[in-house]
Amino acid sequence: MRPADTLRFATRAATAYPVRTALMMLAMSIGVAAVVVLTALGDGARRYVLAEFSALGSNLVIMLPGRSETGGFGLGNLISTTPRDLTVQDAEALRRAPLVERIAPMAVGNSEIAFGGRLREVMVLGTTADYLELRRFRMAQGSFLPAGDATRAGSVAVLGAKLRDELFGHEAAVGRMIRLGDRRLRVVGVLERSGQGLGMNSDELVIVPVATAQNLFDTNTLFRVLIETRSREALGPVQRQVEDLMRLRRGGELDVTLITQDAILGTFDRVLLALTLGVAGIAAISLAVAGILVMNVMLVAITQRTAEIGLLKALGATGGAIRNAFLVEAALLSLAGAIAGLGIGHAGAWGLRIAFPVLPAWPPDWAVAAGLGTAVFTGVLFGVMPARRAARLDPIQALARR
Amino acid sequence: MAQIELDGIQRIFRLGDSEVHALRDIELRIEAGEYLSVMGPSGSGKSTLLNLLGLLDRPNAGHYHLEGRDVTTLDADEQARVRSTRIGFVFQSFHLVSRLTAAENIALPLMLAGVDVAERNTRVRRALNDFGLAPRAHHKPEELSGGQRQRVAIARATIMQPAVLLADEPTGNLDRSTGHEVTELLESLNRSGTTLIVVTHDPTMGERATRRIRMEDGAIVSDAAAPRELPA
Ligand SMILES: Nc1ncnc2c1ncn2[C@@H]1O[C@H](COP(=O)(O)OP(=O)(O)O)[C@@H](O)[C@H]1O
Ligand SMILES: [Mg+2]
Repeated sequence: MRPADTLRFATRAATAYPVRTALMMLAMSIGVAAVVVLTALGDGARRYVLAEFSALGSNLVIMLPGRSETGGFGLGNLISTTPRDLTVQDAEALRRAPLVERIAPMAVGNSEIAFGGRLREVMVLGTTADYLELRRFRMAQGSFLPAGDATRAGSVAVLGAKLRDELFGHEAAVGRMIRLGDRRLRVVGVLERSGQGLGMNSDELVIVPVATAQNLFDTNTLFRVLIETRSREALGPVQRQVEDLMRLRRGGELDVTLITQDAILGTFDRVLLALTLGVAGIAAISLAVAGILVMNVMLVAITQRTAEIGLLKALGATGGAIRNAFLVEAALLSLAGAIAGLGIGHAGAWGLRIAFPVLPAWPPDWAVAAGLGTAVFTGVLFGVMPARRAARLDPIQALARR
Repeated sequence: MAQIELDGIQRIFRLGDSEVHALRDIELRIEAGEYLSVMGPSGSGKSTLLNLLGLLDRPNAGHYHLEGRDVTTLDADEQARVRSTRIGFVFQSFHLVSRLTAAENIALPLMLAGVDVAERNTRVRRALNDFGLAPRAHHKPEELSGGQRQRVAIARATIMQPAVLLADEPTGNLDRSTGHEVTELLESLNRSGTTLIVVTHDPTMGERATRRIRMEDGAIVSDAAAPRELPA
């Protein structure tokens, strides 16, 4: 039998029993649709988180005080439980490391900001001029913090876009004096709108020189130090250089923690990929169920068409030709079901995107391919047994059945 | 060498503890172009003999030579090939595929044999004309009368130009006059050279054959040429 004839024969047989065909397609399409929608959800969540963290800019090492946050149980942990202050001097010392491009110390706290009659709670970030470039921010108006001695408490401030709107409305902000806590500061610039990142909304932030912030909060320690390396490859070496420098400054003890953006992203990526795979696995179970249904439906089909199989054998069909015809039929039905499921799944993912606009709920290509592949594979796999049974039927007994 | 040679054929069905000797020690020689009828009471082994001749069944003992070749030792695929090219079947209940048209039913053996579409169409068209089925070519079996269905079945059985045509009670489901037409159709095929072996209950049909075999309890009890006017 020619392949084209096998295909045509199987198609005719599949379309001759519409109820059976519809049932099988339904089972398959539910399985495939589940894979598509659930992976779209999982991968959407993964991409959402990645996008949030990618806003940080790459080539970043973050230094925070204390050794407690990540592993490394050593002698140092036992001796000092409260970490020493992480100071502006520490941060400045890191500039000596050769592969470091930029350093931005961060002191963070809450205060009150006032202009005219308006007053509000605000998050204050104390940092240096490098912060702008390091975070890839842009100025909407004026300029950022001036470069220079990080230990000098200059009386200047940069406003986030939303904060500016709330305080100044239509008036110009640059050049005006505001009150922050008990200090009067001059607004030198306004940031362009950028949104979330690093757990703070930079649109609602007021940025001041790091020493000013430390005075305001009456502290010596820093919240974080952001270190940008010259390249991605430099992340590892810089991490080691910084550790050496800090150890040197602390008399051999390392009481800071270094995190790379890659590590954070990698962790999230792995967690969410595992989640997506898990969800895909659950969906795959429904495909297996569909496969078992395929098998039963094909067995019923063979029982219905026993006489036909006997006839084909009497007319000279080999067992192989009959097996192929039934296998192709199972594959066709599965494929049709899978394609229908793909349509339903994409519609579902579209619905998700409408319902949750922040979630990029697109089914990943691998999931679509895997869903289709698994559907056809299960269809064929579970079609093999019935097809072989058909091929082995005794023609005389088959013909005797009507 | 005869076209069909059966030697010491035994066919035993085992059902639990009991054994049924469907065929006992069958010896039979059939020449190419013969016209045989097989008669006998129900259960005497007529269908079993026909199935064996058509390679749908294997004997428990004995040898079957078809055109000089021992076909009992062939594997399933080789037997399928012999069925495809050398043997045509006609059944009492027609056995047409209900979702296929008359033309498609007739084309089935050609399709199974891998004959290309153009050749297939020519041969099917010729067969439809020969069997008076041209106006019914695109009808499904349920839209055909009993006689037309059996004619489609016969067209299908002969489309591969087999050497042997096996018919198991081909008129059993037909009324008298339609049965007569079908018999004449089969006989005309025999006249053009095909060996014709017909199992029948109908004595008048059986009488028409030039050689009559009578079976009882799995054995051939008589094998007679028709009494006809021998040339002086
Ligand atoms: N597949 C089978 N299993 C068991 N017994 C069978 C089978 N086929 C035929 N027989 C038995 O073999 C005998 C001959 O059957 P069959 O050739 O169909 O007779 P006929 O066609 O002359 O009526 C019967 O006794 C029948 O019951
Ligand atoms: Mg019978």
